[in-house]
Amino acid sequence: MFDALSDRLEAVLDRLKGRGTLSESDVDEVLREIRLALLEADVNFKVVKTFVARVRERAIGAEVSEALNPGQQVVKIVNEELTGVLGDQSAPLELGSASPAVIMLAGLQGSGKTTAAGKLAAHLKKKGRTPLLVAADLQRPAAVDQLKVLGARVDVPVHAPEPGGDPDADPVAVAAGALKEATRVGAGVVIVDTAGRTNVDDAMMEQATAIKRAVDPVETLFVIDAMIGQEAVTVAKAFQEAVDFTGVILSKLDGDARGGAALSVAEVTGRPIKFASTGERLDEFEAFHPDRMASRILGMGDVLTLIEKAEETYTAEQTEELSDKLLGEGTFTLEDFLEQMQQIKRMGPLQNLMGMMPGLGKELKDVEVDESDLKPVEAIIQSMTPEERRRPEILNGKRKKRIARGSGRSAQEINELLRNFEQMRQMMEQMGGAAAGRGGKLAQAKQMRQMQKAGAGGGMDMDALMSQLGGSGAGGAGGPALPGGAGAGAGPGGGAAPQRNKRVPPRKKKKKKGKR
Amino acid sequence: MEALDPVATGLVVVVVLLVVGGVAGFVVRGRGGRDGSTRQAATAPAPEREAPAPEREVEDGPAPAEAEEPAEAEEAAPPAEPAPLTPMERFRARLGRSRAGLGSGLLALFRRGLDEAAFEELEERLISADVGVEATMEIIEGLRERVRAEGVTDPEQALALLKEILRLELGVADRTLARREEGPTTWLITGVNGTGKTTSIGKLAARHARDGETVVLAAADTFRAAAIEQLSSWGERAGARVVKQAEGADPAAVAYDGWQAASAADADLLLVDTAGRLQSKRALMEELSKVKRVLEKGAGHTDEVLLVLDATTGQNGISQAQAFQEAVDVSGVILTKLDGTARGGIVIAIQRQLGIPVKLVGLGETVDDLADFDVDAFVEALFADVAQDVELGGEDPADREP
Repeated sequence: MFDALSDRLEAVLDRLKGRGTLSESDVDEVLREIRLALLEADVNFKVVKTFVARVRERAIGAEVSEALNPGQQVVKIVNEELTGVLGDQSAPLELGSASPAVIMLAGLQGSGKTTAAGKLAAHLKKKGRTPLLVAADLQRPAAVDQLKVLGARVDVPVHAPEPGGDPDADPVAVAAGALKEATRVGAGVVIVDTAGRTNVDDAMMEQATAIKRAVDPVETLFVIDAMIGQEAVTVAKAFQEAVDFTGVILSKLDGDARGGAALSVAEVTGRPIKFASTGERLDEFEAFHPDRMASRILGMGDVLTLIEKAEETYTAEQTEELSDKLLGEGTFTLEDFLEQMQQIKRMGPLQNLMGMMPGLGKELKDVEVDESDLKPVEAIIQSMTPEERRRPEILNGKRKKRIARGSGRSAQEINELLRNFEQMRQMMEQMGGAAAGRGGKLAQAKQMRQMQKAGAGGGMDMDALMSQLGGSGAGGAGGPALPGGAGAGAGPGGGAAPQRNKRVPPRKKKKKKGKR
Repeated sequence: MEALDPVATGLVVVVVLLVVGGVAGFVVRGRGGRDGSTRQAATAPAPEREAPAPEREVEDGPAPAEAEEPAEAEEAAPPAEPAPLTPMERFRARLGRSRAGLGSGLLALFRRGLDEAAFEELEERLISADVGVEATMEIIEGLRERVRAEGVTDPEQALALLKEILRLELGVADRTLARREEGPTTWLITGVNGTGKTTSIGKLAARHARDGETVVLAAADTFRAAAIEQLSSWGERAGARVVKQAEGADPAAVAYDGWQAASAADADLLLVDTAGRLQSKRALMEELSKVKRVLEKGAGHTDEVLLVLDATTGQNGISQAQAFQEAVDVSGVILTKLDGTARGGIVIAIQRQLGIPVKLVGLGETVDDLADFDVDAFVEALFADVAQDVELGGEDPADREP
């Protein structure tokens, strides 16, 4: 998501890392780079100005000059300011007690309102609510059909004007009529999709205001494309004036847009970004986590999201079985590896998962990975006998040749896979062993927290882990280097880590509660 | 969700990390060789690349096509409007609607003196028009040098210089849309999600149908819900035949069918709509390459591959243009939604870096709001609204001048 921006900051801050003292001109140099990075990330230039001024004020103060490691101190400030602008924590939907609770969506043409409406319906349904979708976009040809199709996919009823009815149906009337319909079908939440409109089209903006007045929503969400440029500010302000939105949905965040609009909109409207739309599948829609996003900007990965995804994908038995393997006598075999790979596929596009890995983003930023890339790995393992999968050490030249023939991959690739697997297994044993060795659940939980901390804060454990992994991956000739320093990408975060560490576990718990 | 043992969950995450990391390492290592071979053998892609976007098909699955009520489509179709102005006039009218008009805000700025402060403000204006930092810096450097070298002190002259530089940046590219003598001219329309591909096609179809041409539309966006209905609705309005298959069908096959139909009907123009795709999705970009390849099996070549770009797009526009150029060799840009406050300055960077010219602009929602690109009007408009924005309610010194 914000990879490119984090790259820029990393490059600057790498230079300052380890610098004993930081002069005012050093600070200015960093700030210049930060300014450029933010501008290139499409943060509005006025927002950049105020942001940089705030960072400067703090950076040239005692905070930095007296710090042990000024470079890290600057990162910390930037991180805190980013978090400050984006909000301190993810803002939940506040549907209140009204029944039905109405959510209205508004935004420019093509920002992804209709898709977001479908995703929001799926999201709420998953949480046990009973949504009703309302097609109040009568402007764009077939927008009503689109919403109907999406409604059918997520199994949510859609209220739309009668087909063949009044060709000049009034979206305000349709939206207002939806409230009655909601009571009739017993829907607890009404999601009103509206037509895209440009901020200078006065008539259309007034219509949006009228729809809002008619349905009296508890939440008005402004949908904005993550790829939008400097205009984000003007557009957001205009929509704030017209419909006074309560939150923002940032769409198309799965592209390579730097997403500076997130900063711009949050800064000028003061409204929280509530959701991020991260893919074309209807379940690729998640709560926006400003702290994670700030971490991403600074290249610290997004392990918390990864943990959540894992929690959603793995059942309790699967989790137990797996932890038994790692903690108990069982060993992690290629069979398990294959199984885990299938499981991970269910967690969403591999590309997105990789983006969440601390320290990995930088090196793998330009690498496109999708499920088809797993095929060679699967093919190799599937060409092995069960015995070979359990005990890969018995693989000799003859067996490898057979596997190569069976899978259509080269012997070199097979060796590469085995080498990766062996390293992976060793690390798992270390982790498992350490956890079990210390005995007792408490020690294990501590270990686990360390893992989380390491991930979120760019601490040492994960760095070492990742660099080792990265190193093994880059072993082959010709491949783009995944340098041993893959973990170093997360390095600059070190300074900020201790502070965040304290927050991580409680945040996670809170999050879980909020889900219900 | 069941409550999971946190320790176990932690371990699962470790495993996930390790497996993802391990796989990533493997994949990246393998990629080096593969990429090389792809570049060499562009015409003979690896078989696995032919697989049509497995991610999409598996995860979303083709939804049953909704029984379409023609009356409803009719109802949703945009109102037809007469075209009292020529497209060029409309372009100028739309873009020049700012109070102060053509660059007078800048003139006011230069009148305060051609000093550092002026250049700095100019920099902000270019950046706020989404021209991008790099292009902005170079444009300003160019202006600064020429102002110095030519000893320019007159603000009007400086403004003229700036406009000239921008015109040069936008190139003297050929902005005509290629046609063919024999058989249907074939244009492929591409772009990321939500930029206005289908709408642009509707407008193009209407424009050419009005000129008495036979137009065929191929609904090769078989992915987005109701995209086919949307195109059909435009086709009906324009009187263009729409070639379609069920939602979820192979888009390459639809494109090919489109060519067959256009060619059999001896049509003048074939417009192929494609699904919006983010340029970072490799499988989808490969799918698009395949659409073009298969289309060309019938058509021989595509006369134009047009990238539809939303004028509100920021710096990501470059990445879009780059990726689509690599995938399908884009020949021109349709810059849409210029009727908002966005000025679409990113096309300057796209022209500079990739040499892809803007050929058409979208100025609104009606059929006639598609115009040929007019460099001068665009350059003027680049500053028009900013002037308003920056001098909020303030006096414009230009007004006081005789």
